[in-house]
Amino acid sequence: MLKINNLVVKVKSMDKQILNGLDLEVKSGEIHCIMGRNGSGKSTLGHVIMGNPEYEIIDGQIYFENELINDLPTNERAIKGIYLAFQNPIEIPGVTLTSFFRYTTKKFYPQDMPYSKIRKEIVELLHKFGIPEDTMKRYLNEGFSGGERKRIEAMQVLVYKPKLAILDEIDSGLDIDGLKSIVRYINEYVEQNPNTSIIFITHYSRLLQYLSPNRVHVMINGKIVASGDISLAREIDEKGYLWLENNVGA
Amino acid sequence: MEDRSVMELREMAETYKYDFKDPYLYKEIFDKGLDEDKVIKISKIKGEPEWMTEFRVRAYRIFISKPMPKWGNTELLNKINFDDIHYYVRPQEDHKRSWDEVPEYIKKTFERLGIPEAERKFLAGVTAQYESEVVYHSIRQDLAKQGVIFTDMDTGLREYPEIVRKYFGTVVPPEDNKFAALNSAVWSGGSFVYVPPNVKVSIPLQAYFRINARNMGQFERTLIIADEGSEVTYIEGCTAPIYSSQSLHAAVVEIIALPNSKVQYITIQNWSKDVYNLVTKRSVAYTNAKVGWIDANIGSLLTMKYPSIYLLGEGARGEIISVAFAKTGQHQDAGSKIVMAAPNTSATVTSKSISVGSGRASYRGLVKVYKEAKNAKVNVQCDALLLDPESRTDTYPVIEVHQPNAVVTHEATVSKISEQQLYYLMSRGLSPEEAKTLIIHGFIENFIKELPMEYALEMNRLIALEMEGSVG
Repeated sequence: MLKINNLVVKVKSMDKQILNGLDLEVKSGEIHCIMGRNGSGKSTLGHVIMGNPEYEIIDGQIYFENELINDLPTNERAIKGIYLAFQNPIEIPGVTLTSFFRYTTKKFYPQDMPYSKIRKEIVELLHKFGIPEDTMKRYLNEGFSGGERKRIEAMQVLVYKPKLAILDEIDSGLDIDGLKSIVRYINEYVEQNPNTSIIFITHYSRLLQYLSPNRVHVMINGKIVASGDISLAREIDEKGYLWLENNVGA
Repeated sequence: MEDRSVMELREMAETYKYDFKDPYLYKEIFDKGLDEDKVIKISKIKGEPEWMTEFRVRAYRIFISKPMPKWGNTELLNKINFDDIHYYVRPQEDHKRSWDEVPEYIKKTFERLGIPEAERKFLAGVTAQYESEVVYHSIRQDLAKQGVIFTDMDTGLREYPEIVRKYFGTVVPPEDNKFAALNSAVWSGGSFVYVPPNVKVSIPLQAYFRINARNMGQFERTLIIADEGSEVTYIEGCTAPIYSSQSLHAAVVEIIALPNSKVQYITIQNWSKDVYNLVTKRSVAYTNAKVGWIDANIGSLLTMKYPSIYLLGEGARGEIISVAFAKTGQHQDAGSKIVMAAPNTSATVTSKSISVGSGRASYRGLVKVYKEAKNAKVNVQCDALLLDPESRTDTYPVIEVHQPNAVVTHEATVSKISEQQLYYLMSRGLSPEEAKTLIIHGFIENFIKELPMEYALEMNRLIALEMEGSVG
């Protein structure tokens, strides 16, 4: 599904390298967790996979379903089936959720499906994620609470049904009940759509107790320094990142 | 009752057909250029009363004596060659035109807009007048029951000479500006609306039928009188780049809102990109009356238009909401004028402009508060959105306050679409073009909200059409 080789990335506007030769492979239907401290480059990784123009790939390759996507525009990546739930979704003044979904769902739903029907489905999904229908009239991400943003970003996995969903810090800004219910619906969705691959990006291990990931990776200084099963996460929980940093000499 | 209506309808259709077939009336095309004889001839052909002939001649003299405006886009203005314009063209010329003769890009727009078959037929010149009349009559019948007059300006002058004489040219006198003087001299077509006291017209008056009238000349004249306690909404020129063989469009619109009345005037201007659109729109609002201009400018080469409200009676209110969309090669010089001359008057102006490519949008606004306007309140908000590095916006606000306790606020913002906004929307599958279109919709959301549903959809479609191919 996703294969990344020796990825080196810098911020376009300054001379700052964020990813320093990163390798990652996610197979169809796998759930991965990427852990790391703030500034380790884990959010950048999500954005580079999505094609954020803020970053420049200096070296390395990103393959999605065996196709090199280094230079593919973001919207084409989305249509191929990559979805990124933003840690900080962008505010779009004056654009209601209704009109946002009217535009975006055109890309993912059958052309002959009337929007009234799509809208009904979306309202049901919102409801499931604890968001009232009124929210459809509000402007996209404007004045949304942290929790509302996370719920709506996560909920869109169920709207666009991507092949690969990257959920960036879905656990920050959410209370424990909110987190539990979001993860439950994502897990449910993955059970029903077993080919979906998911990457959870987080710096807390608390998220992991609700997941059964195939792989857990730890990022330090723009590189994956350790990979393993869920026991790696437990070890980090006990010993902290410092232990790993010392171990790998980073 | 019903029989009579049917008869009336048929009679009117017959009358129209008769007019249409009259070879003298409908094959008249004046030579290019204008002189006093031509002005008099227009009035004669129309069979106008003497006072109107005199009005036209006086206006013509003002037109020739007034210099060109020394502000606005003078470079484009000075390119107008007044000797190279047909000032009076009978409509048959246009009716003859086949659909094939309409420029490709305009045809495409019509086809994609899916505008009513009736209008396409008009452009194609097939039974068009009849089709347009049907639309007109069906509206008219509904309104006639309430005593509302809604007809073209020429008919208005013929059938309601007293009302027309009382108000015509009182809000926009020929002396006002060069183009208002020109319009006053050669006007043809336009709408005449009179709403009797306390009648509330529940559905908007639509200018469909006016497409015929409008093509008779580019100098239409509209007069709307809302009598005491009445309410009316008027919408003009919704669908379209109306194909015009001339490139100068100088209209005058006058609105008289008598005490306690409410008038709303909605325009969606989408002329083809070679048209000079120099329009004078003004209204007077008496005690507790309310006037609203909702004005969108999408088409034309140069638009200079500043809808105005004179708040002359105590408690009168005004609202101007405008959107200007300027693409490469276009200059939308739009704005507003609020004049407050009575106590407790209030007004809001919201202006939104969008510049794409090297398009230029200007806001030119005047707020004038006279000493008499105690407790006057006026709020002006101008927001500009620039899409490209070479896009341009300017704001020229003039505020003149002679009443110390008036509250006048003016706020202006200029914004750009951020890369991260685009990226976010693209991450949900939207192309850069679609993402920009959606952001623009958001930017003018307040404007769209004011429009009746079908016009809101129309407006959205127009913006989407304009954005196609403009991202590169």
